[in-house]
Amino acid sequence: MREELLSIIEKNSRIGIKDLAVLLGVSEIDAANEITNLENEGIICGYHTLIDWEKTSIEKVTALIEVRVTPQRGQGFDKIAQRIYNYPEVKSVYLISGGFDLMVTLEEKTLKDIAAFVTDKLSTLDSVLSTATHFILKKYKDHGTILDKNDEDTREVVTP
Amino acid sequence: MKKITSEKVEQIKPSGIRKFFDIVSEMKDAISLGVGEPDFQTPWHIREEGIYSFERGKTFYTSNSGLKDLRNEISNYVDTHYNVKYNPDNEILVTVGGSEAIDVGLRAMLNDGDEVIIPQPSYVSYAPCSFLAGGKNIIIDLKPENEFRLTPEELENAVTPRTKVLILPYPNNPTGAIMEKEDLEKIAKIIQEKDIFVLSDEIYAELTYKGQHVSIASFDGLKERTLLINGFSKAFAMTGWRLGYACGNKELIKQMTKIHQFSIMCAPTLSQYAAIEALKNGDDDVKIMREAYNQRRRFLLDAFRNMNLECFEPFGAFYVFPCIKEFGMSSEEFATKLLQEEKVAAVPGTAFGNSGEGYLRISYAYSLEKLKIAMERMKRFITKLRG
Repeated sequence: MREELLSIIEKNSRIGIKDLAVLLGVSEIDAANEITNLENEGIICGYHTLIDWEKTSIEKVTALIEVRVTPQRGQGFDKIAQRIYNYPEVKSVYLISGGFDLMVTLEEKTLKDIAAFVTDKLSTLDSVLSTATHFILKKYKDHGTILDKNDEDTREVVTP
Repeated sequence: MKKITSEKVEQIKPSGIRKFFDIVSEMKDAISLGVGEPDFQTPWHIREEGIYSFERGKTFYTSNSGLKDLRNEISNYVDTHYNVKYNPDNEILVTVGGSEAIDVGLRAMLNDGDEVIIPQPSYVSYAPCSFLAGGKNIIIDLKPENEFRLTPEELENAVTPRTKVLILPYPNNPTGAIMEKEDLEKIAKIIQEKDIFVLSDEIYAELTYKGQHVSIASFDGLKERTLLINGFSKAFAMTGWRLGYACGNKELIKQMTKIHQFSIMCAPTLSQYAAIEALKNGDDDVKIMREAYNQRRRFLLDAFRNMNLECFEPFGAFYVFPCIKEFGMSSEEFATKLLQEEKVAAVPGTAFGNSGEGYLRISYAYSLEKLKIAMERMKRFITKLRG
């Protein structure tokens, strides 16, 4: 039930316990307990909402920044990753295989804010060797959801 | 002037579904639960394979029985999924949907006057296809108390010395009933004892929610007596690609290939290339879709329980078959009223045989959001009827 439960709430975290229990074919108590366990084990880390900010009047700029760093003796990449992820404007930090080391997602109000963050904060860190900043121009699909999807049912209304 | 049409064809009644379709399509903003095809689009990697086949210029006929690579994959798939081995060279025919396989299979098996046992409620084409092929249809009215499974007693009572073929439509459209291993064992024994053949329509095999689907062809001695029909429409959400297949005894496949050759030539080439990809790499997609169907199935059964509407728990396909006898109306009246008053369309059970009287076929090939609205409306309708 664990895997199925997670895949349901990954798509719809607002589903009520009662509905969830019906879909899984288990009792409400079992469903609720499993959610509590998943939260306690740190498997469920939060409940977020997927927002297409483009459709609002609020200005937001997102950038993906490739960062090359010097790993530190005994601590590898963890210490430098922590220095970066502690900034609240940093939305995600991943350690990446390949041509660079860390992939940082940054969300700010303006392009200028991002530029300032990269030049003032990120590049000046001792172990940062170089950065490459990519601005996101348009989001087509986010968290498995196609943002401009046409959901119209084009099937015939009754078929055998 | 002579009459342009054949007397035989005129004897066939038009599908009851068609009649209902005409009523529903006139009604704007109705929620339809009447669709017998998946709501999922074909998984993208399968569609992409179709596109690539066009780009590579694969726009020609294939061999009559289908691409060799596809038959190899079908052979491997049927072996790993249903435990039956078919030789891709002469025991498999790729057809235009499972429906062509039903038609061609019956034409290749029947002599005039041969009896064909058709358990009902079941899919709408068996009886007309058998009739056109010269068969004499013997209908078994399946019972709700057996969860619409075919029992050995029912089969034994229907068999006569003239019986040639039993149609075995499980997992079943419209009831959602399945036949499990223990059920099939007894049927398999009778088939051998009475020396008859089976046309086993297993198009919904992958949509089974209780254990693994078991094919009648996998029982000892039954492979040679079975024409196994399956396809890509339901499992891989590929209805519009029109692709199915038949596996069986090589003499039967040889005769079927003749009919197929003269009437169809070959199944669509594009679809065949896409189907290879489906069989090779589609198991994960099937699993995801099956899980979604199963959740909706549980949701509907729970909704009926809350309405106090009688419904046995079906474990296959994507249909539930609730009983509406308590309202003292025919299925058609009930379905029409439900449509007019609450704008919910469900197919009357009688579209699938007389024994569907008193039942509705409700498809759950719809999003949960849609099903939720439909169930609210249905509850309101029923509450009003009960006064």
